[in-house]
Amino acid sequence: MGIFDKFQKLAETRRAFREKDTEFFNVVMEEVVSPTEVIIKGRRVLLAGGNNYLGLTFNDECIRAACNAIQKEGTGTTGSRAANGTLAGHVALEQELSAFFGKRKTIVFSTGYIANLAMLSTLMGPEEVILLDADCHASIYDGCRMGRAEIIRFRHNDAGDLEKRLQRLKNRNTNVLIVVEGLYSMLGDRAALVDIVELKHRYGAYLLVDEAHSLGVLGETGRGLAEELGVEDSVDFIVGTFSKSLGAIGGFCTSIHQEIDLVRYGSRAYVFTASTSPSIIASTRMALKILQSKPELRHRLWNHANSLYNRLKGLGFNLGPMPSPIISVQCKDPEQAADIWKGLLENGIYVNMVLPPATPGGTSLLRCSLSAAHTSEQIEQIGDAFASLTQFI
Amino acid sequence: MNEKDTIIEQILAILKPFSVDGNKITAETDLVADLSIDSVKAMEIIVKIEDLFDISVPINILSDIQTVDDLVVQTHKLIAGDN
Repeated sequence: MGIFDKFQKLAETRRAFREKDTEFFNVVMEEVVSPTEVIIKGRRVLLAGGNNYLGLTFNDECIRAACNAIQKEGTGTTGSRAANGTLAGHVALEQELSAFFGKRKTIVFSTGYIANLAMLSTLMGPEEVILLDADCHASIYDGCRMGRAEIIRFRHNDAGDLEKRLQRLKNRNTNVLIVVEGLYSMLGDRAALVDIVELKHRYGAYLLVDEAHSLGVLGETGRGLAEELGVEDSVDFIVGTFSKSLGAIGGFCTSIHQEIDLVRYGSRAYVFTASTSPSIIASTRMALKILQSKPELRHRLWNHANSLYNRLKGLGFNLGPMPSPIISVQCKDPEQAADIWKGLLENGIYVNMVLPPATPGGTSLLRCSLSAAHTSEQIEQIGDAFASLTQFI
Repeated sequence: MNEKDTIIEQILAILKPFSVDGNKITAETDLVADLSIDSVKAMEIIVKIEDLFDISVPINILSDIQTVDDLVVQTHKLIAGDN
């Protein structure tokens, strides 16, 4: 048996999608025309699956800041944060994030994935327990697996189920970390954070909230779900990313605990990877300023989200529980998802097709994510494309 | 009937819907090779076991479970509070 034999099932699945001209994995964007448009197979396609919530990837000020940083500091740091990879910009961004969130300390990581990997594998040790929402992102699961804590899942957004599990741990006399997401990336639903915070206090647990999809999207000033629900002081750790609302790549963890700084020394994922390049740091710092100074971007995003959600709901598509900039159509099976996905692409619309096991409850999803850079006409166009495919429902 | 026998009976009842072609499931049945249990189905089964026995099953131990008997042994340990 060869080392690639175990991939045969995947190869067959890929072949089946390719035969139907619905190979959705690794679609090549031949040209990027704007924050919302690309060229795929020579055709102009509207992006409705990009996580570019505030549409800042082509922002003039961000591009200028990135270009200046490249001119001044070069294309990369060629080293770890722990060695030669911490420049003044990395430290400044950490301070700016601490000030933005009103927290005591922040660590910047090379990606959002690494932020979760580093925090979850390092914060909790042997005999300690991580209680994570079943629908948490793969980076959270991977971070937990990389560490040595006991990992227990609770039912998605079910505070009652979480309490049962906290109750079972009551006599263990150990540290417990609850992990949830602000906005869940697949269905766009929100954590039941008020109830979870109440449990956290009652059982003396710690709480980490991944605001990757809610930064810039929720809260009066864009700090995420914890801000929106008024529970920021009860969240011990907030993890986030630069690759969505901030239009670049990178991640961070910010905390009310000064001691979070020690994680730098104990985390393999922080020490053994190259740091974020100067241009990324510079554009992210600028994007963070814009996020704060232009709330109209968030308002525009929400207008789009409400409009498309209501239109698709009216057309009879099975959606997530509430409007959000992530709007997912839940399909009966992968075949139905592939048919609609292909139809959308033929109509010039790209959405993410997400299949089990990457989806909650084993469903097949067509995941739209909207941007403040979309025009109202483009949102109409996305709705029209779905409307032309209702025969597949 | 001892406690372990009771556990195996209840776990076999949970696994019954996953039987392939009506084949009998036994303690030696391999969950992946014989029942094609994937990660999504595995989580469904774990949740049912947790509810039935009022336990939390750490996902760290899932890699130690290959057969029905492994599942019974780990469940027994968790009920006894040895884990």
